[in-house]
Amino acid sequence: MRGLLAAAMLTGIYSFLGACWMVILDAPDVAFTEAAVGAGIATVLMLATLSLTSTREKPPTRSTAVPLLVVIVTGAALWYGTFDMPHYGDPEAPIHRWPDPSYVERTRVEVDMPNVVTAVLASYRGYDTLGETTVIFTAVIGVMLLLRRPKREQGAK
Amino acid sequence: MRRVEILRVVAAKLLIPFILLFALYVQFHGDFGPGGGFQAGVIFGAAFVLYALIFGLDAARRVAPRAVVDRLVALGVLLYAGTGVVTMLLGGRFLDYDVLNHHHPVHGQHWGIFAVELGVGITVAAGMITLYFSFAGRRRGS
Amino acid sequence: MSDVFGLYNYWIVIFLMMTGFYIVISRGNLVKKVIGLNIFQASVFLLYISMGKVKGGTAPILTEDATVYSNPLPSVLILTAIVVGIATTGVALALIVRIREAYGTIEEDEIEEDWES
Repeated sequence: MRGLLAAAMLTGIYSFLGACWMVILDAPDVAFTEAAVGAGIATVLMLATLSLTSTREKPPTRSTAVPLLVVIVTGAALWYGTFDMPHYGDPEAPIHRWPDPSYVERTRVEVDMPNVVTAVLASYRGYDTLGETTVIFTAVIGVMLLLRRPKREQGAK
Repeated sequence: MRRVEILRVVAAKLLIPFILLFALYVQFHGDFGPGGGFQAGVIFGAAFVLYALIFGLDAARRVAPRAVVDRLVALGVLLYAGTGVVTMLLGGRFLDYDVLNHHHPVHGQHWGIFAVELGVGITVAAGMITLYFSFAGRRRGS
Repeated sequence: MSDVFGLYNYWIVIFLMMTGFYIVISRGNLVKKVIGLNIFQASVFLLYISMGKVKGGTAPILTEDATVYSNPLPSVLILTAIVVGIATTGVALALIVRIREAYGTIEEDEIEEDWES
């Protein structure tokens, strides 16, 4: 696929399908965010970048044999590793027992808020969310530094 | 205006208020259903991006001036960290919302989460607006 | 063979992950690399979310009728990860714009030639 505009569009569709799968996996908050971010903002930013650069890709000059081999070897290794993983939907899986399985009950008692995910995000794991907000802030400053033009006089814009 | 442009303008004028309203709904009902600060911020920013796409960057800049949006990005983080400092000043630990309301710690949690999500929403919304405006404001070839 | 069917979600994720990985290492165009990175990221999110699901459970929003909930913790982590991902993608795309203005191209091998000459 050489047309980058089409590639950007397909990435947006891929994010949206991922979001649909997340809804099936009982994670509506995440699906919401993934759909809004992946299918919305990411696509817009990619299209903006493509409009500022070129929209077609050069045909590849290197051979694709080595990357393909690397990918197949890595994929096989990962596939071999999945045989030790817990099964899909298993209620006895380790992820449900460590670190602390009582978030749902504790939310009911201490925070009394139906959306457990928001309660965990903002209260039980509030520090992480503060860090995340700072990361967004820093990234926005980075983009401002990279792409802002200094104020000029009238006509040069 | 050509017919296609009128269609776009009318559709945008109909949709943008609903998008903004939905963003506010998602922000404030994040406690009861899916939603919360991040989703609301992204949707709010997307409304402004839509406005900029349809009506042009200059018109969008008049609605969301650079100075205001820059300050909003920082204000959200300040609100979040400020909530933590307030809880420290009231005697608890950093970001310990129980101390915000001594009689009902649960209400303190509600207020704390509300303030924190608001800070996140403001930063994310202003951040998305700034990201798009930075890209769109960069002319080709200079 | 019933072992195998319980693992299919991991296999789908591995397939997506390898697709993203392949795009990153085999394509020279910088925007394509960023797209590959995004595909990789999204597959990792799906991995965690699929691990958090409990069979017969429902979304982690407290209601009257549900008794079994899916695990909220992976959702929280991935929520953070998604937003951080968009932030880094934004910075990456901004860098690509500046590279284009500095070198006139966004193909990796042309940029390398420019450096060597």
